[in-house]
Amino acid sequence: MANGSKQIVDFAKIKATMADPYKHPVQVINGDGKVVDPDTLAKYSDDQLVDFMKKMVWERTLHEQTMNFSRQGRLGFYAPTAGEEASEMGSVTAFKEQDFLLPAYRDLPQMIQHGTTVAKGFLWSKGHVEGNQHENPNMMFPQIIIGAQYVETAGVALGIQKNKDEDRVAFVYTGDGGTSQGDWYEGVNFTSAYQAPAVFFVQNNGWAISVPRKKQTAAETLAQKAVAMGVPSVQVDGMDIVAVHEVSKAARDYAAAGNGPVVIETLTYRYGAHSSAGDDPSRYRTDEETKPWFDADPLIRMRKVLTDKGVWSQDQEDKLVEQYKDEFKDAMKEAEAAPAQKVSDFLKWTYNVPTPAVKKQIAEFEAKESK
Amino acid sequence: MAKMTYIKAITSGLDQVLSDDPKTLIFGEDVGKNGGVFRTTVDLQDKYGEDRVFDTPLAESGILGLAIGLSLTGWRPIPEIQFMGFTFEAMDGIVGQLARDHYRFGGQKNFPVTIRTPFGGGTHTAEMHADNLENYFVSTPGLRVVTPSNPYDAKGLVISAIESDDPVLFMENLKLYRSMKDEVPDDKYTVPLDSAKVVREGTDITLVAYSAEVNEALTAADALAKDNISAEVIDLRSLSPIDTDTIYASIDKTHKVVVIQEAQRMAGVGAVVASDIAEDKIMSLDAPIGRVAAPDSVYPFAQAENDWIPNSDDIEAKAREIFNY
Repeated sequence: MANGSKQIVDFAKIKATMADPYKHPVQVINGDGKVVDPDTLAKYSDDQLVDFMKKMVWERTLHEQTMNFSRQGRLGFYAPTAGEEASEMGSVTAFKEQDFLLPAYRDLPQMIQHGTTVAKGFLWSKGHVEGNQHENPNMMFPQIIIGAQYVETAGVALGIQKNKDEDRVAFVYTGDGGTSQGDWYEGVNFTSAYQAPAVFFVQNNGWAISVPRKKQTAAETLAQKAVAMGVPSVQVDGMDIVAVHEVSKAARDYAAAGNGPVVIETLTYRYGAHSSAGDDPSRYRTDEETKPWFDADPLIRMRKVLTDKGVWSQDQEDKLVEQYKDEFKDAMKEAEAAPAQKVSDFLKWTYNVPTPAVKKQIAEFEAKESK
Repeated sequence: MAKMTYIKAITSGLDQVLSDDPKTLIFGEDVGKNGGVFRTTVDLQDKYGEDRVFDTPLAESGILGLAIGLSLTGWRPIPEIQFMGFTFEAMDGIVGQLARDHYRFGGQKNFPVTIRTPFGGGTHTAEMHADNLENYFVSTPGLRVVTPSNPYDAKGLVISAIESDDPVLFMENLKLYRSMKDEVPDDKYTVPLDSAKVVREGTDITLVAYSAEVNEALTAADALAKDNISAEVIDLRSLSPIDTDTIYASIDKTHKVVVIQEAQRMAGVGAVVASDIAEDKIMSLDAPIGRVAAPDSVYPFAQAENDWIPNSDDIEAKAREIFNY
């Protein structure tokens, strides 16, 4: 190419500006507890705001109590949720009982809010079938294969559309690492192709076990990935429960009205380890890196707003924590009283109609189990 | 009753279930307006509408995700994976998710999905279009695997598969699609999902085969009959589960058996059948169990397929060896 000639396309410029529409996280209350969007906050009554706070205290206490149980050897796999209370409680409360939730393994708190019990959550962690059987049937089990819940969401959303269900959507969660999976794109793209009603959450908590967000992709935001599938998306301050709730509600309304899916990236942080199974975050991140996130804590900033309004006190919060702890201890007792599982039942649930070999094995195990 | 090809019989079965059950849905790549790349779903979109018979974006894992999600919302999905080689892209959906989901819910939710997929060699396709991949799926608890060898079974089995509340992998043999015709009833009928069939009665040796190899075994049986060797031919039809009762009853009569498959020999359906026979029927045998299978190479370049796929000559030779043991 001759010097000075105009290039037919300026890739550098495209790259420098492509994230522009996606990198202005929606925020109502900032990291210092200052209200930056008073008009939006004014839409919420004090009771609603107190309820948000209670839910975050509930989730934080659940996390702490669960870690205790875990250290006592009373639980199996558990994915810590501390830091993600605004993202999880702010989003799930925007959905209705008839909406279909497809959770991943860090989403037990949303499942409990959507219609199951803490005891069931513990049973799932312990590895018991009753941990997958919920009062609200509009729920999948916590997905372990990252991305699978996204393609299944496309099917649920299409099923809702084909059933002509009114006022009903599918909603699903994954993390920042989840956006690297092929299934992430297939799920969002299929749902978009059919313009089916779904809200896709990406809880960007900064880490996929030890791999930081910036190593997952050169894309500046995860939200912008949706544009390639023709899907509107947004980044939201995931430590700001009012902002998360407001955006989630708008997304649900949009999807339920037949406009197709939405992708929401919540900017949040995983305070603890990836899981209770031996991950040590000090191997891959420093206190210096994590401190700003702890300072931006969702409970701290909401506590300040509510205290300023005169509708919250430390004493009230301490009492709530004790009340929740007692509830979780009772839930653990309930989980520990669940009936022992039988291999003959596992065989019975493998097929609706047992195969001849399975029938034989059922008989063998039933004979053993009756001894 | 009309003479029908294997592929027409499948279309007829699909037409039947779409008409019977308004919750059935057919979807996949090119299944809509185009009627599938082989025309298996031809005219079904015109007849039942785009809501019931529809194209998907080109992604097999997404297709399985649709099937699972549609099951969760009360539908009876019939996804097509365009070629069996493409099931690798949907392996988590089929093996990691679909096959396990009924169990995961402790039996409380059903996933009545029938995955249709063409497979099998001998038509000189591009690679990854002809492999016999059943071995990957028959070791999956929760998944049924069936494959018809003739038009009559094709219609009856596809209807049974779709009506079953268990997930079923329905394998359609490419070479058989248009190479044979049978009398096929116009009305609805079913073929059981877990039963083998004696397709030729005999007294001297049992030949156990499935799919296109059933026809090779029948040709071999004709050749053996010329030397007064009476071969009984069993069509497995179901690869998971395997109907050992039918096989054992035949062995009690013939005391000699050859197990035949088009797939490579290693760790396959034939190995399972042979080990079941060895475990349960060894005292009834007068000779070692014979096996006929493809060699353990990667599926051959198309030009050399016929040198690789086991044929009636291979079966006849192995049957003579076992018969004369």
